[in-house]
Amino acid sequence: MSSTMTTTVDRAPAPADPGPPVPRRRRRRRLVALGFLAPAVLGFGLFFAYPLVATVFFSFTRSDGLNPPEWVGPRNYVHLVTSDPVAHTAAANTLWLVVVLTVLRVVFALGVASVLARIRRGAGFFRTVFYLPALAPPVAATLAFVFLFNPGTGPVNAGLRAIGIDSPPGWFTDPAWAKPSLTLLMLWCSGELTIIILAALLDVPTELYEAAALDGAGAWSRFRHVTLPSIAPVLLFGVVNSVILALQFFTQAVVGGSVASGGAEMAGHSKNLGWPGNSTLTFPAWLYQQGFRYFNMGYAAAMCTVLFLVSFACTVVLIRRLRSAAGTGEAR
Amino acid sequence: MTTLDTPLDASPSRAASRPRAAGPGARSALHWIAVHSLALALTLMFLLPLVFIALTAVMSDQQALTSQLWPREWHWENFAHVFTRSPMLSYFGNSLLYSGLATVGMLLSSVPAAYALARLRWRGRNLAFFAVVAAMLLPPQVVAVPLYLLWAQLGLTGTLWPLVVPYLLGDFFSIFLLRQFFLTIPEDYADAARVDGCSELQVLWRVILPMARPGIAAAALFCFLYTWNDYFGPLLYAGERPESWTLSVALASFRGLHHVEWNLTMAATVLVMLPAVVLFLFAQKSFVKGITFTGVKG
Repeated sequence: MSSTMTTTVDRAPAPADPGPPVPRRRRRRRLVALGFLAPAVLGFGLFFAYPLVATVFFSFTRSDGLNPPEWVGPRNYVHLVTSDPVAHTAAANTLWLVVVLTVLRVVFALGVASVLARIRRGAGFFRTVFYLPALAPPVAATLAFVFLFNPGTGPVNAGLRAIGIDSPPGWFTDPAWAKPSLTLLMLWCSGELTIIILAALLDVPTELYEAAALDGAGAWSRFRHVTLPSIAPVLLFGVVNSVILALQFFTQAVVGGSVASGGAEMAGHSKNLGWPGNSTLTFPAWLYQQGFRYFNMGYAAAMCTVLFLVSFACTVVLIRRLRSAAGTGEAR
Repeated sequence: MTTLDTPLDASPSRAASRPRAAGPGARSALHWIAVHSLALALTLMFLLPLVFIALTAVMSDQQALTSQLWPREWHWENFAHVFTRSPMLSYFGNSLLYSGLATVGMLLSSVPAAYALARLRWRGRNLAFFAVVAAMLLPPQVVAVPLYLLWAQLGLTGTLWPLVVPYLLGDFFSIFLLRQFFLTIPEDYADAARVDGCSELQVLWRVILPMARPGIAAAALFCFLYTWNDYFGPLLYAGERPESWTLSVALASFRGLHHVEWNLTMAATVLVMLPAVVLFLFAQKSFVKGITFTGVKG
């Protein structure tokens, strides 16, 4: 702190005017900052700090939102761990997404970005095309994919039959294929990450490639020893981003399951949640169902707390790695 | 968190002019062909779904149930039917209200906060920035239970206010993005203004804002798009009350109501996608800039 203080004093216009004494100036500065931050501080307290603490409190109660919450100790957590098989399925589905979606999304975005980085003419056109699906509202994109991957009449399976695959997968209607279908949907919409990685790729100094080429490094070796270390921080950002995306995966799963089931009810209300066979039931979806459809709000709060702890742990671990990777990246 | 102090330029011109190490002659020609055929394949992969959606949207309802790809007759009136079959216009209005108010509120509350985090010197600034990142990364479902109860007590569930009001009190992702932008503006300009006797508010208004216009545009676009696409929020607070539905919530239940009419469902899908696409085509540069800025946070 004191070093920044000195720099300000150094920049003061005239030595003849020493200004107010330091403590007063510091207080003034804090007041100005507080004035600028006031709405955000209020928002932070009301919509982040308070609900976070309250969620932990509610997780130890039985609460239906109407009657005052009743303290039950750790019973919600015990129930979650020992006697809610649906929650276990949901957790397993979310874990599946965290692993598969994260890996495929980062690899796919890196692949597409690598192609984009090598295109000179029409680069703007290709970039627009690859980014366009990322703009589609998730609900709209999900509806479109359920239609395209319709096992009987959808264009995808029509195409697969045309090239000689006689029994193409049932995609959103097959428990084994529902999550892979959702993953494909997410890859189609991954243009944002592609643009981020592309910017990092274009930022790698050309001299590094030239030096590596002079040393006789092949394409793979250049990628491994020049590209990867240079873009490591951005790739790790992609991993953090994808893990968070997967942990809170809700919309596409809920809408996809409900629309594919042909259920006549509103998505999110549906008895067809997680259809087919709970294969698309994610942890946040089950949490939503418990809290806002069954009004087991204490139990939902326990699930929220678990989700928070897991996502916080993931974020901290990944940001640590991110920082150390950024450090080594700069050292090179 | 390390901070980014150099602007990241990803404009197409630079990408286009970037030299690449490649050998002369046949090898580079082969390389060119390989890269471009790959790009073409990817283009088809990204574009074909959109094309099929658009084609299905103008088919007859019987044909939409077949695996034929090309419309036999072009039923442009499908788009009109979307509006007559459901109160699409009122959903559109709700979406516009939610996204518009949220974006304006975000700008009013988050621009000063981001400036305080980027350029004002005060004790606890780094801690506050860490708090912003933590809040930004929190899954929205985690805090849903107490917030829902809070809004229910205020009698505002069933409306979109529970979604709009938080934006008036700072949006953490926008604060983060704007801070990254403000850091790229050389401090000297602000200092010069301070020497001239400007208060911090004047510095922000007269010096920083004009220079940060692309950044502010990007933050506004992201905010608008995020709220426009949001499904969880409107479902949570307004799911029970169809008068308050946004386009996303309405679209999710559209197919439930119009069971076999895939053509109308796809026409509605096109209509919901359209505003975002138009916005993007008009403000592509700001988008690309904003996206690259989110990535360099590490």
